[in-house]
Amino acid sequence: MPTVKSVETILKEHPNAGRDHLIPILQEVQESEGFLSQESITKVGRALNLPSSKIFGVATFFNMFRFQPKGKYHVMVCRGTACHVKGSGKSLDMVTKTLKIQPGETSRDKLFSLEIVACMGACGLAPVVNINGQFYAKISPMKLQRIIEECREKEQTHANA
Amino acid sequence: MFAIEANGQKIEAKKGETILQTLTRAGINVPTICHMEGLLPSGTCRMCVVEVEGFGGLVPSCSHPVAEGMKIRTNTPEVMQTRKTIIDLLLSNHPDDCLYCARNGNCDLAKLAADNGVRDRTFHGERTHRPKDISSPAIIRDPDKCILCGKCVRMCEEIQGVSAIDFVNRGSKAYVGTAFNEGLNVSSCISCGQCILVCPTAALSEHKYIDEVLQALADPEMMVVVQHAPAVSVSIAEEFGFKPGTDFDGKMVAALRRVGFDRVFDTSFAADLTIMEEGSELVHRVQNNGPLPMFTSCSPGWVKFVEQFYPEFLPNVSTCKSPQQMMGAVIKSFFAEKENLDPKKIVSVSIMPCTAKKFECGRPEMGRDFVPDVDFVLTTRELAELFRITGVNPAAIEPEPPDNPFGERSSAGKLFGASGGVMEAAIRSAYFLLTGEELKEYKIQDLRGMKGSKELRVKIGDLEVGAAVVSSLGQARKLMDEIKAGRSDIHFIEVMTCPGGCINGGGQPIGADQEAIKARMNALYQIDRDDRLRVSHKNEWVQRLYTEFLGKPLGHKSHELLHTHYEKREVLL
Repeated sequence: MPTVKSVETILKEHPNAGRDHLIPILQEVQESEGFLSQESITKVGRALNLPSSKIFGVATFFNMFRFQPKGKYHVMVCRGTACHVKGSGKSLDMVTKTLKIQPGETSRDKLFSLEIVACMGACGLAPVVNINGQFYAKISPMKLQRIIEECREKEQTHANA
Repeated sequence: MFAIEANGQKIEAKKGETILQTLTRAGINVPTICHMEGLLPSGTCRMCVVEVEGFGGLVPSCSHPVAEGMKIRTNTPEVMQTRKTIIDLLLSNHPDDCLYCARNGNCDLAKLAADNGVRDRTFHGERTHRPKDISSPAIIRDPDKCILCGKCVRMCEEIQGVSAIDFVNRGSKAYVGTAFNEGLNVSSCISCGQCILVCPTAALSEHKYIDEVLQALADPEMMVVVQHAPAVSVSIAEEFGFKPGTDFDGKMVAALRRVGFDRVFDTSFAADLTIMEEGSELVHRVQNNGPLPMFTSCSPGWVKFVEQFYPEFLPNVSTCKSPQQMMGAVIKSFFAEKENLDPKKIVSVSIMPCTAKKFECGRPEMGRDFVPDVDFVLTTRELAELFRITGVNPAAIEPEPPDNPFGERSSAGKLFGASGGVMEAAIRSAYFLLTGEELKEYKIQDLRGMKGSKELRVKIGDLEVGAAVVSSLGQARKLMDEIKAGRSDIHFIEVMTCPGGCINGGGQPIGADQEAIKARMNALYQIDRDDRLRVSHKNEWVQRLYTEFLGKPLGHKSHELLHTHYEKREVLL
């Protein structure tokens, strides 16, 4: 579990930071808060004397930054070469359709968030999906849909209990 | 100087030049998109590629330095085909709605396609679609028409120092957008419209209010009055095919009457009024150790800029409203009383070289009892459109004078249209107000011209005043940072948001180069040279307004109608 550091603390750890410190700072903020909020981006901008439009531009350039908090279930779909060849694209389409979110987004009930990753180093298990750290091997759209349903049901029973 | 060979012909090149500069000087045209005069090359669009002997691939001429003995070819089949392909690719992701487009008739992309013989669609595929941003009262952004040349981004960052927009995402998904994809209205955009002037397509255009004005004109219940800014008369002629610098002052007034406006007023009258108020305010500040230096407040983009970026300087900004808003305020008070009209029955339109004025007239403090002082602002470009829609040809009409009580102006008021003009007018009148004598030479050469930053020390009686003039907010930022660092020899600073002043405003005709802007500027100087009334304080109608209505400069009524206040503005910086 990463420690939760405030943006102010992170900025303090980078004294005399210039624009070349932007990406490391953003990484630390995301690691601590889970995503880049408008507030943190403006704070970083003020400290580095950079306009937030510029920071947003830099941050959207890279896939690793997200601008919405992660959902309770963070779904990472691998789109690396092996997974691609094995048809991970279809599973991804299924997720975007069932959850009605695009990669980088979080569902409105804050339950699910979706991320595309390039390779998880588990090519032997392709196509592979990772939800909250747990790997699911040799996924198909059907299989993945069932996994998502299971997560939903688990939440339902939680709520009922 | 050394020689190179271009298309088989020997031409002279200077050390340190780019290939493009050398070729242009020799009369060889190379098409460009992303190239911007006066800024470092970015070399992103690749339109300007040429063949250089001994080089592997094609070379972007805008960003490659010229070297001795180069052998360049600009029209080989490979070069021409490459250009065509680039345009073809740009068009493949472009909506085919040219006939309905805001830039129909003066689109750079359409011209490039025509000039380079693109006559077939080679690439078919899916187009990206992003919603239009109509949140700003001044500027409309249509990302579908954007070809990602990046000129708006560079203008906003490098010239204006605002950076409201930047490239978002990467590769084929890249687009130009605001921070967090919010609307322009909550971004740090100051509505100056310089991005519109550099945009090759209609991805950026002004928020038009022509329909609203036409509707008001058609309403018999309403009295529709119009004011026109000093910089409009010297640029509107360009929209009708005349060369830059042609003055259409009287013709434009006559044409506005033909369109159906009940009264035509001259904003330069309000500029004279501004000088009386602002001059008195400066004297008051100097005598009372009031916050100095004092900044002018005529340029609404600049005012928003201070509110966002330098709120600590807000007490230094003159409390005077801009001439447009002063005129609006006296139209809906003094004029309404005189005509025995309910201010709600007056529609006040203003013709401005400016897009930020559209934002300014909507500021809540710019009106009383929920009646705005200025209802609609049209840019110079929209005025040309209005003339065309209504079938009025200003070129063919005999000049007419504007209407009283706000028709007479001094040529000092007219100078407000060029960078340095407000300062020149202010010094002329301040000299008289403080010494009781007129300046021997009205023309102040040091304050004239296109330079972004001008300074002058002037002796008025016993008082030595440090005056500075900056145009473009990048220049303003530099000066403000100097003042923040402790510089204190300046008392009065004129700031205009657009480089060169209103003559180069965001609402002016598109496609003007530096020479055209200079011609507009010289037209204003010419008017000043030939005018009989060259100082604001001698404008009789301004004096009458004071005796009949306002009382005295900085008086109670003036404060209520002609002055305003500023507040720190929270936007996404």
